[in-house]
Amino acid sequence: MSVAAAVAELPTTTGRSAPMINLQAVEKVYRTDRIETVALTGIDLSVREGEFVSIMGPSGCGKSTLLNIIGLLDVPTGGRVEINGSVVSASSDRALAAIRNKELGFVFQTFHLIPDLAVVDNVEIPLLYRQLSNGERRKLAEAALDRVGLSSRTRHFPSQLSGGQQQRVAIARAIVGRPRILLADEPTGNLDSQMGDEVMALLKDLQHRDRTTVVMVTHDARQAERTERIIRLFDGRLVA
Amino acid sequence: MIRNYLTLAWKVLLRRKFFTFISLFGVSFTLVVLLLVTAILDHVIAPYPPETRQDRTVGIYFASLQSDHWRRNGFAGYQLIDKLARDLPNVEQLGIATVPAEVSSFLNGRSVKEWLKRTDGTYWKILDFRFLEGGPLTDADVAAGRMVAVINETTRQRFFGGAPALGRTLELDSQRFTVVGVVPDVPILRFVPFADVWVPYTTAKGEDYKHEWVGNFMALLLLKDPSKLDVTRDELWSRTRGVKVTAGTEVLKLAATPETFFDMIGRLLTGNGSGEGYGYGHRLEIVLAIGAALFMLLPAVNLVNLNISRIMERAPEIGVRKAFGASSWTLVGQFVVENVFLTLVGAAIGLAITAIALGAINSSGLILYAELSLNYRIFGWGVVLAVAFGLLSGVYPAWRMSRMHPVQALNGVAR
Repeated sequence: MSVAAAVAELPTTTGRSAPMINLQAVEKVYRTDRIETVALTGIDLSVREGEFVSIMGPSGCGKSTLLNIIGLLDVPTGGRVEINGSVVSASSDRALAAIRNKELGFVFQTFHLIPDLAVVDNVEIPLLYRQLSNGERRKLAEAALDRVGLSSRTRHFPSQLSGGQQQRVAIARAIVGRPRILLADEPTGNLDSQMGDEVMALLKDLQHRDRTTVVMVTHDARQAERTERIIRLFDGRLVA
Repeated sequence: MIRNYLTLAWKVLLRRKFFTFISLFGVSFTLVVLLLVTAILDHVIAPYPPETRQDRTVGIYFASLQSDHWRRNGFAGYQLIDKLARDLPNVEQLGIATVPAEVSSFLNGRSVKEWLKRTDGTYWKILDFRFLEGGPLTDADVAAGRMVAVINETTRQRFFGGAPALGRTLELDSQRFTVVGVVPDVPILRFVPFADVWVPYTTAKGEDYKHEWVGNFMALLLLKDPSKLDVTRDELWSRTRGVKVTAGTEVLKLAATPETFFDMIGRLLTGNGSGEGYGYGHRLEIVLAIGAALFMLLPAVNLVNLNISRIMERAPEIGVRKAFGASSWTLVGQFVVENVFLTLVGAAIGLAITAIALGAINSSGLILYAELSLNYRIFGWGVVLAVAFGLLSGVYPAWRMSRMHPVQALNGVAR
C-alpha cells in the first residue's frame, strides 16, 4: 500500500461510536531457538474516538507491548489491527510511518527528548516528515508549546528543564501534528504527584477539547481512576 | 528538514569532540596528501610554460647497452641522438640538451653551485621560454661553439644583483660565458627545461661525449602527429638494431625509446631503467590508481566503524523519529546528510591545510624554484571524492541503523 493510499484510507470523520482503535484476536509471541514467550494472546479491544482509557496490570503482563502494537511500533504475530477504520497489520514500513506521523502521538515515561536540540526543535520533529515550510513548522511548534504552558522556554534545551517541564515538551511534540490518537506509556511514572497531576490535566484537556483518543499505560491507580475506562491485563490476557 | 539535520549534525560534532577530531583528521589528512601529491605531479608533468607543446613533445631519455654478461643503463648518449635520432619519421624538430649538472663557480671569493645545461638551438624552439632580457641560444651559437649563456632570474640576482645582465660575463666550471638572455626560474622538478644556466653543448670541455651511446644527453622530439608515435619508435628501434656496437670482442645490444615524459617517469619508477620496451606510464597510472584507492579505502573503512558506533549511541533518537513518522529511508537520508556534511567540513579543512603546506614548501626551498599551487580541478575531484567518502562511510551504518526495531531503538538496545 502506498503512503498516500494508507493515509487516504483513514476516514476523516467518525461518529462517537466508531472505533478509533480496533484489535481482534491480537497475539504477540517472542520466539527464540529454544523458548517461546507469549506476551499477548487473544486480545480483542475497541477504543472509541475521543475516549480516554488506561491500561493497568503487573509488570511484564504485556501493557507496553499492547501499546506498541496499537502505536504501530511493534507488529503482532497474529490477529488484526485497525486504526481509524483501516487495517494496518500488513502495511509497509513507509505506510506505517505515514500513519504514525498523521494519526498517532506518543508520550514516553522517559520523555525521549533529543538532548542536542532546543525545545522548539524537539517539538518540530513530527512536522519534519510532512510537507511544511520552516515558518509553518515553527508556528505550529510554538503553538503546541503555548498549549502546554512552555512558550517562554522554546530556546531552552531539555537538560535545562525540570522533569515535569520535559514531559510537557514531550506532550507538545506528541500533539503538534494534531494526531487523533495519543498513546502515553506511563507518562507520570517519572514525575512527583503534583507534576503527574499537571500532565494528567493536560491529557484530559486534549481529550475534551480536541476529542483526541487517549490510551495510557499506568501503574498508578489514582491516575487510572481519572480515565473513562480501565483495561486490565494479566499474563498477556485482558481480564477486565 | 535539511536545516534541522544540519543543526543536529553540528551539535553532534561538537558533543563528540574526539570522534569529530578522528573523523575530520581522517578526511582532511587523506585529502591533504591527495592534493599535495597531485600538486607535485601537476608541477612535474602538466603543460606549463615553457613546456607548452607537451602534447606533441616526446623525448629519448634513457638508453642501454647490453652484452651477454652485463648491461649499462643511463641517459642517452650524444652519438645515439646524433647518428640515429635525426630525421626520424613523424618528427618536426629535434632538440638536444644535457641532463642538468651541478657546477661550481666563484663569486666574490666564495664557491657557489649552479645547475648547468648544455643545449642546441632547436631546444629553444621546441620549448617556449619567456625572456626577461635578450633571447635564446641559436644554431649559429652552437655551430660556432660561442661562449654564450642564457641564465635564470636567480642567477642574475646572484651574480649581478638583479641588474640587467645582457653582455655581462660570468665564470662557470672554469669557463667564462657572456649572457645573451635571461629567463624566469624553472622549478627543478621540470626536468627537461630546468637549469640555472644554459650554454651551447659545443662548449663542453673535450669531445668525448660525441662518441657515447649512453651518456648524459636527452633528445626532444616535436612530433607532427603524436598519435603516430609508434612510427617514430619503430624506426628508432630499427636503427638501434642495425647499428653495430662493440666492446672488445663482444657485440652489444643498443636500446632507446622515444616516449612521453610521463612514460619516462613510469620507466624510472616501475621499469628496469633500460631503454627497452614502452608504455611504462600506463603501469604507473595503474600503480597510482591502486595506491590512491587503497589510501582512500582504509580511512573509509575506519570511518564506517566510527559511524556505526556513533549512530548506535543515538538509538533512542532513531526510535523517537520512527515513532513520529520517519521511514527507514528518511533516516538513511538524515544520517547520510550528516556524514556528507562532516566530510565537507573535513574537505574545507583539508583545502586550508594544503594551501598552507604548499606555501611552506614553496618558501622553504625544499624543491628548488617550486611554485606549487592548488589545482582547483584536483580540488574539485577531491571534494567529489570526499562526498563519495561520506556516502561510502555513511550509507551502510545509516542503512543498518534505520532498520532497527523502533521499540528496541527507544529502549537504547542497538544491535
